[in-house]
Amino acid sequence: MQEIPLTQILFVSTALFFIGMYGLFTRRNLITMLMSIELMLNSVNINFVAFNKYLFPDNLDGIFFTLFIITIAAAEAAVAIAIIINLYRSHNSIDVDDASEMKY
Amino acid sequence: MNVSSILFYAISAFILGAGILAVTSVKIFRAAIWLLFSLVGIAALYFWMQVEFIAAIQIVVYVGGIVVLIIFSIFLTQHSGKEMKSTPLNKKIFSALAALFGTAFVHNLIVHYDGFAFNSAEPFNANVAKIGTQMLSTTSHGFILPFEVVSMLLLAAMIGCIVIAMRPAQTTAADTNILNHKN
Repeated sequence: MQEIPLTQILFVSTALFFIGMYGLFTRRNLITMLMSIELMLNSVNINFVAFNKYLFPDNLDGIFFTLFIITIAAAEAAVAIAIIINLYRSHNSIDVDDASEMKY
Repeated sequence: MNVSSILFYAISAFILGAGILAVTSVKIFRAAIWLLFSLVGIAALYFWMQVEFIAAIQIVVYVGGIVVLIIFSIFLTQHSGKEMKSTPLNKKIFSALAALFGTAFVHNLIVHYDGFAFNSAEPFNANVAKIGTQMLSTTSHGFILPFEVVSMLLLAAMIGCIVIAMRPAQTTAADTNILNHKN
């Protein structure tokens, strides 16, 4: 456990965050964009837990932040999927390029 | 290089590989399954960091809840087996360059920052009893107020989802079209 320094965990979460950002830039389908956002939220959670464990082992604030982020991510995913299903019902597609009535 | 660090590198490679496949796979169902593997890998990383409660929550909420929800919505909105529209190549190249630049930038920042004040006075202890007591305590380090606020948020999200996804009651197909255009 002590052989792995904090910086290596931060490298993993950084790489995961930018993988999610790449997906958000390249995907045009709303469900896959939502999946990229989940990856980015998870990389932030790894950071919170790692900082809590390595730098402030005597209190648990990072753990509580992680718990609340997971809760809010669940609510966000549910609302996003309700909106996606509503969009599919009116446009027969969940591609972001097909829903451009309110663009500009 | 002992077993613990080998395990860390294996878990990290698994998370990142599954994450890359989740954002590049051309079939949406496969992307969802790769996302599931990536989230299981993150739960394994939490187990490796000995925060078993967060790992259990990760498996229950993400793997058991969000990924299943995503797979259901894929079944509702996509023709399974069909490949998604591919993005233009120059957009892919510029996105990959932006991601690589961002990774290199943050990597550089982390390598040259040496202000981490390591505080190993007492060992890290995150057992469930301690988390539960602090979560519901009303003293200065208690989290009872965010706990209550987040419960209201979950209720609001649940009602909001039902209202948004509800079909307009008892209308013909033409009426539905008109309603959708009005909305």
